[in-house]
Amino acid sequence: MTATGQAADTASTTQTRLQVDDLSVRFHTDDGDICAVDGLSFDLGAREVLALVGESGCGKSVTATAILGLLPDAAEMTSGRIVLDGTDLAGLSRSQLRALRGSKIGMVFQEPMTSLNPVFTVGRQIGEVLTRHLGHRKRQAREVAVELLDRVGIPAPRQRISEYPHQLSGGMRQRVMIAMAIACNPSVLIADEPTTALDVTIQAGILDIMRSLRSDLGTSIILITHDLGVVADIADRVVIMYAGRKIEQAPVEQLFSQPQHPYTMGLLGAVPRPGMAAMMHGADRRLAEIPGRVPVMTAPASDCSFHPRCPRAADRCRSLRPELEGRGHDHRVACFYPGEEGGAQ
Amino acid sequence: MTPVLEVTDLVKHFRVRSGLGDSTAVVRAVDGVSLRIDRGEVLGLVGESGSGKSTVAKCIMRLIEPTSGTVRLNGTDITGLSRRQFRALRREVHMVFQDPYSSLNPRMTCGQIAEEPLRHHRIGRRVARSERVGDLFEKVGLNPQMRARYPHELSGGQRQRVGLARALAVEPSLLIADEPISALDVSVQASIVNLLLELQQDMGFSCLFVAHDLAAVEFVSDRIAVMYLGKIVETTDRQRLFAEPRMPYTQALLSAVPVPDPVEQRQRERILLPGEMPSPINPPSGCSFRTRCPIAEPQCAEAEPLLAEVDGDAHLAACHLIGPAGEAPKIRSTVERAPPP
Ligand SMILES: Nc1ncnc2c1ncn2[C@@H]1O[C@H](COP(=O)(O)OP(=O)(O)OP(=O)(O)O)[C@@H](O)[C@H]1O
Ligand SMILES: Nc1ncnc2c1ncn2[C@@H]1O[C@H](COP(=O)(O)OP(=O)(O)OP(=O)(O)O)[C@@H](O)[C@H]1O
Ligand code: SF4
Ligand SMILES: [Mg+2]
Ligand SMILES: [Mg+2]
Repeated sequence: MTATGQAADTASTTQTRLQVDDLSVRFHTDDGDICAVDGLSFDLGAREVLALVGESGCGKSVTATAILGLLPDAAEMTSGRIVLDGTDLAGLSRSQLRALRGSKIGMVFQEPMTSLNPVFTVGRQIGEVLTRHLGHRKRQAREVAVELLDRVGIPAPRQRISEYPHQLSGGMRQRVMIAMAIACNPSVLIADEPTTALDVTIQAGILDIMRSLRSDLGTSIILITHDLGVVADIADRVVIMYAGRKIEQAPVEQLFSQPQHPYTMGLLGAVPRPGMAAMMHGADRRLAEIPGRVPVMTAPASDCSFHPRCPRAADRCRSLRPELEGRGHDHRVACFYPGEEGGAQ
Repeated sequence: MTPVLEVTDLVKHFRVRSGLGDSTAVVRAVDGVSLRIDRGEVLGLVGESGSGKSTVAKCIMRLIEPTSGTVRLNGTDITGLSRRQFRALRREVHMVFQDPYSSLNPRMTCGQIAEEPLRHHRIGRRVARSERVGDLFEKVGLNPQMRARYPHELSGGQRQRVGLARALAVEPSLLIADEPISALDVSVQASIVNLLLELQQDMGFSCLFVAHDLAAVEFVSDRIAVMYLGKIVETTDRQRLFAEPRMPYTQALLSAVPVPDPVEQRQRERILLPGEMPSPINPPSGCSFRTRCPIAEPQCAEAEPLLAEVDGDAHLAACHLIGPAGEAPKIRSTVERAPPP
């Protein structure tokens, strides 16, 4: 299917919804600083689904909270510009930012129970968003809330609206979170691991909702996940993060068919594919492993952070930091020895 | 040959308080499960959250007492045995858990944790035990110096290795692994899957591998059993299950697993299931899947379909609409994929 490729092309030529430029975030802790995000840049086009992928601790959630202006006190944004629909968020006051969240940017987190208020009904919480941002009256808010629940596939929304979060299943809560996030028809939706805790049959439904948001409402979506199956299902473009930095970016088909960074190749090799086991016998039945683990960065990288785990690591990788370079259309990679051949130098 | 594990008509009902007052309700967590694991075989158990997988595992481990049914370990029925009687058999079955954080005693060193089953079964003297723990650590890919560390000083993958070392210390004939990789990162999952396969081939134990990641289950299992609402609805060998699923739920479940390949994934037929698994307090009449089944007919509400042979005893499935020669009922893909704009 070439449709995805086209979508990626248009994304880079049509209007940019969100622009993240040289974002760096540090945590000041008792044990010293942690560089959670280091010089991260990316664009999100209109109607685009951008997947942010990487293992635990790579800085995905910190990136999301920084975009939303919700970093905890211990964190400091040491550099970076975030531009939403032409507006530089740095120039906004706290209350302007708050107004923006929920109206122009919606968010969905992995564990909806912690983001929903247990003492209010679902209807009241969605209604709150509508009255606050759109000035709806109570009755009107209730009607719109019913419509929203219906849109996210909750059966019998009129009854559900007077239930409390604990009365709902995990999948239903996640749908409620999405309903709240899209209540004001935001141009950008940030979803941080929205299906990680859910069963695949429920996950499929949630991904379908996101697809319909994109096609019906034109929502642009940043989807944070470590599930490459989910990425293959819904993303247009993919950003792979490692130790707080972007190490590869490509249109989805290209990322899977021609991964350039050894870390990306490692991730792709580590997940089993259907039918794979049948072709591997005895001691050959193995998945590719990436030895070691993601480092905690106490200072900005001055080398390739992946070198201790990389099968291609050479002297250069241990002393210099590879910068992002183009490898084909809209495909960028930060590695001295990229591609199948290790980038015949 | 006697199977290592033979579970027959296992039922576990929990009595819970319902609503106001002291009225109680019955949770039919496991409702008539039969399964068999042969020597050296890996059986994968899959199913949605709440379908009863962990309850089956706990009954086999005797962590909970079943309501009825039998669990035979190497031929001996362990249900109803006294603690003392079970003690000798206790060696035969060990378990690793999903959460390597909470399943290891935080006040013991990793060496002590792995040694515990040896002490419990009074195997070897101190020096011999310590040597054995060193070997075990090597086997599960941990530096033996890690023995002095405490669980909180280890990564998730390392903790899961300690859990495996403990479970395999007394060379059980059956390992029960309940979601052993779900809490781990992709790359760590791969290394634990590899380790498990390697140890299994090396030591020859049988394994019940519980998970809801179907791709991982396919990768490690010889046979797979699919659970829905406390019952096994289909079981066969790995290849057949993926190539020719019969029961509509199995078909839907397999179609919902996203394949890590964008070209293939975007062309696949998918069966969308409406709603969610009903509560095991009030399961539907007849076929428990009928409330979500895209092809259910009136007869599905009337009688419960039995787990029957569709292709000799190598493939069992429970559905009224399976054809006389075992043909899978046809379900048209219920998902129209909107092309990207
Ligand atoms: N409140 C905090 N205090 C100190 N360090 C933090 C804090 N929050 C995050 N970090 C650190 O920042 C880094 C990035 O964390 P982040 O939560 O963004 O990872 P992630 O990619 O979202 O991982 P996961 O897949 O586990 O959600 C990690 O090293 C983490 O330990
Ligand atoms: N001690 C208990 N008391 C009451 N109900 C219980 C108890 N343990 C389990 N249940 C219920 O029994 C059903 C099966 O639970 P079980 O934990 O076996 O499911 P599972 O298949 O392991 O799910 P998961 O994938 O979420 O681990 C669920 O409805 C659960 O709520
Ligand atoms: S018996 Fe009926 S309801 Fe059950 S799976 Fe078959 S067709 Fe569906
Ligand atoms: Mg995160
Ligand atoms: Mg369980």
